Amino acid sequence: MSALLETRSLARNFGAVTAAADIDVTINAGEIVGVIGSNGAGKTTFINMVTGYLAPSSGEILFKGKSIVGKNPRQVMRAGICRSFQVAQLFPELTVLDNVLIAYGIMKHKILPLMSPLATKANIQQAEQLLEEYGITSYMAETVVTLPQGVRKLLDIALAMLRKPEILLLDEPTSGVAIDDKFELMDTVMRAVRKSGAAVLFVEHDMEVIARYSTRLIAFYDGRVLADGAVSEVMNDEKVKELVTGHHLDIDYEQEVQHA
Amino acid sequence: MKYATTMIIGAGIALLAAGLFMPGWLTFLLTLAFAKGLVVMGLLLLMRAGLVSFGQGLYYCLGAYCVGIAGDYFETQNALLLILLAVVVCVALAAIIGLLLCRYRDIFFAMFSMAFSMILYGVLVKSSAFGSSDGFNVKPPLLFGWTPTGESGPFLAYGLAVVALVGVGIFVWRYLRSPMGYAGEAVRENEIRVEYLGASVRRIIYTKYLLAAAMAGLGGGITALAAGHIDPEMAYWTTSGEFVFIALMGGVGHAAGPVIGAVLFELLRTYAFQISPYTWQMILGIALLVIILYLPKGVWSLVERVTKGKPL
Repeated sequence: MSALLETRSLARNFGAVTAAADIDVTINAGEIVGVIGSNGAGKTTFINMVTGYLAPSSGEILFKGKSIVGKNPRQVMRAGICRSFQVAQLFPELTVLDNVLIAYGIMKHKILPLMSPLATKANIQQAEQLLEEYGITSYMAETVVTLPQGVRKLLDIALAMLRKPEILLLDEPTSGVAIDDKFELMDTVMRAVRKSGAAVLFVEHDMEVIARYSTRLIAFYDGRVLADGAVSEVMNDEKVKELVTGHHLDIDYEQEVQHA
Repeated sequence: MKYATTMIIGAGIALLAAGLFMPGWLTFLLTLAFAKGLVVMGLLLLMRAGLVSFGQGLYYCLGAYCVGIAGDYFETQNALLLILLAVVVCVALAAIIGLLLCRYRDIFFAMFSMAFSMILYGVLVKSSAFGSSDGFNVKPPLLFGWTPTGESGPFLAYGLAVVALVGVGIFVWRYLRSPMGYAGEAVRENEIRVEYLGASVRRIIYTKYLLAAAMAGLGGGITALAAGHIDPEMAYWTTSGEFVFIALMGGVGHAAGPVIGAVLFELLRTYAFQISPYTWQMILGIALLVIILYLPKGVWSLVERVTKGKPL
């Protein structure tokens, strides 16, 4: 498999605090990689560095063999790395349809037109198709601020997927989502991801979700990669048990992976 | 979209026709109102992106001074040429100042924009060549060699104001429905998402700032031609405050809001001054309070409620 994304000795310090250090991670095309770690382990810092939100203090980030260090979020997006957020980043006072239309408007034009209309029949139809794919068409006319958390998360991910990224980074896609809805949400997202062929790296605290959807797992601890490998292998790693997941989880990871 | 354009052009023709029968004072009042409406339409673009400028007086005044100075020094009275010059100079200055301002938000944007406006005010007050604090008179305009005299005197500036209003009105109406127009609202709502969708927030704000400056310069130029006199007060912060006042009064939900707000403002000010020459500002203040309390989205929201059948 060819490496799509590769980080070498990636580090980030905030003054005397080390948020990330010596992160060597490789993501291959089509992989679905889960990321676990306690709060402050460096997971979101890692995503923020890869997507251009934070500049690394040192180290290298290669996307398809080329360095993307120093690029801003929109350059990273246009290159093919898109992301969703722990707290869905949407336009809260606008409708779901307007959110998607704005995303289409920005995606289709490098220089935004000043006079041609955005809400054309063709664009609305496209927006409807996208919302249908994510099962949220019924919310189309609703203002984002009134939406349930799960729908907001789906919309956030749908906007991230609009550009047909080669890598999608999801920061805690099921956080704040009702327990009953989390698998439905992940099923919808994974269906869309498989259709697009994108590689996925998702940060998650829910071990059931990790076990069911990821093909590989990376455990972060104290800003460093503690373990990286097959899901069952990482979950059974003594250090991961001790420092990340705790000893008492009773999940049959092999079975969960098969279930997915 | 064609329907709206036709409606705006139709309204423009009706206003021009009505102008032929209006008393001089009303023509003059509406000319000033429309000129201010142009400035506030530019402000609308910024306000919809969440930015309140307390410095549109800078371009309003600069546009007016361009018309006055060019008329004096280049000895031209061609109204169209003078107004074009006003717009070009305002955009050129905005292209420089905008590079700095597009980095700031909220109160910092408001104060920085006001600071630049006050710098121009300070320079003009100290410039005896331009009449210091008294300003100077602007030569009467010409249009294709025609010099309006007597009763038709105010009509030329009025006609220019209406034509500019129609042109800018159509532009703003279409702009608000374009990807760039939507992007303004997106910037107000969530800059992070805009960047992660692949657009530059700074570029969006910069574009809006240039457009707002062009509209303010246009409004200032027309005011200079209509009033025949200009002074540094046009750059004073209270003038910029007036534009914000008009925007709040008319509402920024529609391109028509600033025009309605500007006409209301001028009428209210004229009558308030007539009724109570020493406390007219108080009447304006009370009117604004009432509007903020009962029509927080401006007078235009009243029209929207009626047309959409919502309860008043």
